[in-house]
Amino acid sequence: MAPRTLYEKIWGEHVVASPEGEPTLIYIDLHLVHEVTSPQAFDGLRLNHRTVRRPDLTLATADHNVPTDPISTPVHDPVSRRQLEALDENCKEFGITLFPRGHENQGIVHIIGPELGVTQPGMTIVCGDSHTSTHGAFGALAFGIGTSEVEHVLATQTLPQQQAKTMAVTIEGPAPVGVSAKDLVLAIVARLGTGGGAGYVIEYRGEAIRDLSMEGRMTVCNMSIEAGARAGLIAVDDTTIDYLRGRPGVPEGEEFDEAATRWRTFVSDDDAVFDAELTLRAADLVPSVTWGTNPAQVVALDGIIPSPADFTDPDQRNATERSLEYMGLEPGTAVRSIPVDVVFIGSCTNARIEDLRAAAVVANGRRVAGTVRALVVPGSHRVKKQAEEEGLDAIFRAAGFEWREPGCSMCLGMNPDQLKPGQRSASTSNRNFEGRQGRGGRTHLVSPAIAAATAIKGRFASPDEVLA
Amino acid sequence: MKPVRVIEGRAVPLERSDVDTDQIIPSDWLKRVERTGFGRGLFSEWRDDPEFVLNQPNYVGATILVAGPRFGTGSSREHAVWALMDFGFQAVVAPSFGDIFRNNSSKQGLVIVELPAADVEQLTRLVKDDPSLLVVVDVDHLRVEVPETGWQRTFTLDPMTRERLLNGWDDIGLTMRRGAAIAAYEETSVAPSLHGLFDAEGHVVH
Ligand code: SF4
Repeated sequence: MAPRTLYEKIWGEHVVASPEGEPTLIYIDLHLVHEVTSPQAFDGLRLNHRTVRRPDLTLATADHNVPTDPISTPVHDPVSRRQLEALDENCKEFGITLFPRGHENQGIVHIIGPELGVTQPGMTIVCGDSHTSTHGAFGALAFGIGTSEVEHVLATQTLPQQQAKTMAVTIEGPAPVGVSAKDLVLAIVARLGTGGGAGYVIEYRGEAIRDLSMEGRMTVCNMSIEAGARAGLIAVDDTTIDYLRGRPGVPEGEEFDEAATRWRTFVSDDDAVFDAELTLRAADLVPSVTWGTNPAQVVALDGIIPSPADFTDPDQRNATERSLEYMGLEPGTAVRSIPVDVVFIGSCTNARIEDLRAAAVVANGRRVAGTVRALVVPGSHRVKKQAEEEGLDAIFRAAGFEWREPGCSMCLGMNPDQLKPGQRSASTSNRNFEGRQGRGGRTHLVSPAIAAATAIKGRFASPDEVLA
Repeated sequence: MKPVRVIEGRAVPLERSDVDTDQIIPSDWLKRVERTGFGRGLFSEWRDDPEFVLNQPNYVGATILVAGPRFGTGSSREHAVWALMDFGFQAVVAPSFGDIFRNNSSKQGLVIVELPAADVEQLTRLVKDDPSLLVVVDVDHLRVEVPETGWQRTFTLDPMTRERLLNGWDDIGLTMRRGAAIAAYEETSVAPSLHGLFDAEGHVVH
């Protein structure tokens, strides 16, 4: 058989039908559901007297809109409450397992799949959320879909899809000290631009990627969509298998070994050909911050805010002007001199245990600057519990961080955790769009360690400034 | 969805690139469980500005939106499409689009017209100079034109999307005809069932 990429292998295993002149129908192994993009889909099913074909391949959680206040506090916003209730009712009616607010397995949908071990190599995974690409870290083909497609998967467990093109993004050499998974992916998005990955599924390769933990790999795959790609993938290796061993959704004993043998086939063949390739040298990469209103607008933490004059393309010059105005920034300003009002450590990009550990190392024994509100929102109840067992909550609280209940929170500001107009945040999330974290809010994307250091200093700072 | 063959109407030049779905419909609006009424939230953060183009009386009632590159990037929210359509738009013309947005549009009958940047600029210029110009998007012949000026371009749609638009086909209905193929696939599928993993309350069964 001709050599195949990882993407082509997974695709090939999931073809249900490939009718002439129509998109291929592919089978979906796992459908993750949350409250925001599903109510209209369930309504559609009812309207057409349809059922959920495979409730046993469907799993639901409440995440986007849940308050992160103590669980005992009711959901005050009636519209949010109604949406959470609708999810409850729909899951009951259609026989879908749901982790509601406060449940021990509840959390951000892209955090709970992997931690429960229901995200596994070689699977096709969809969710009505663009950051479904996160699960690609396991060598699974995972992508976001819209509500009509959610309804389609609920009804048929399949999706009509055009096969994507493949792109290899290789980071050669080991990442320099202080360069995190977040910095790697920000560099990739900056290089590709917000549209550079459109039509492709990206496979991340190279030493700096292989060296990452599963948490780091998820951070990288998570932001594939920020480069316009619908999915990101990383080949299965020992790191993948070790992470999965012992998780609830994963078989045990001999069955595990059998599964692992199969999982290990989910790598690109040696001489597989990609439709496009991008290679970066890890040695060139540095700790980074976004300065603008799209995630490709990235600058070094040691750098300065760019000027519209830096761009020859009129479109980019305009976009730069508009971004600078929205962000309230002057060209030439040193990034490290810019004060922030809010620090948010959370989201499906960076709210796993390792992210919280990285932030806690910096926060330990220090104080959040008096001018800063700092929040830590664990990605799930399991992450929260583990962090508490490790004493991270105590470190954060002692330093003046708020320690909150799990959810998407200020990543998109659907719940009460929002920026006020004009407020500036250092955020470990994935989107710095206008108004993303609250109307008029100004978002800078950073890694957890930089976020923590920034909280302490009250302006953008690196961990070594604080740890010194 | 309803069949879409020809869209005729006036066009609004947005003149912005990277208009993401958070800008099209801010997240505050996503709490709703209905599919209608999102038009009021369309571009809501910009609409407070009286200078914003959608607030110009000349463009009231337009049905075609002309935008810059990478329109509709970002989140998967189909609410962005619902908002555009609820507001009255039936087609969006731009040099490039977010991938999920494009998909979502095709499910709802919002026509995506992708043209080279230079052509989009020309169209922008035309409707800026004369907001009353009639613009025609013809899905059948894959053509967009401004009859009064003779300006005309062709665009592409994948054949299936075009068919579905022209016939108003429902995707789910189409797939359900393949029930036998799906059942046959399931015989050999190795997708791990979650059945038995969680109890009725969602706790892991050990
Ligand atoms: S944390 Fe943010 S990006 Fe992730 S699923 Fe929630 S809202 Fe989406």
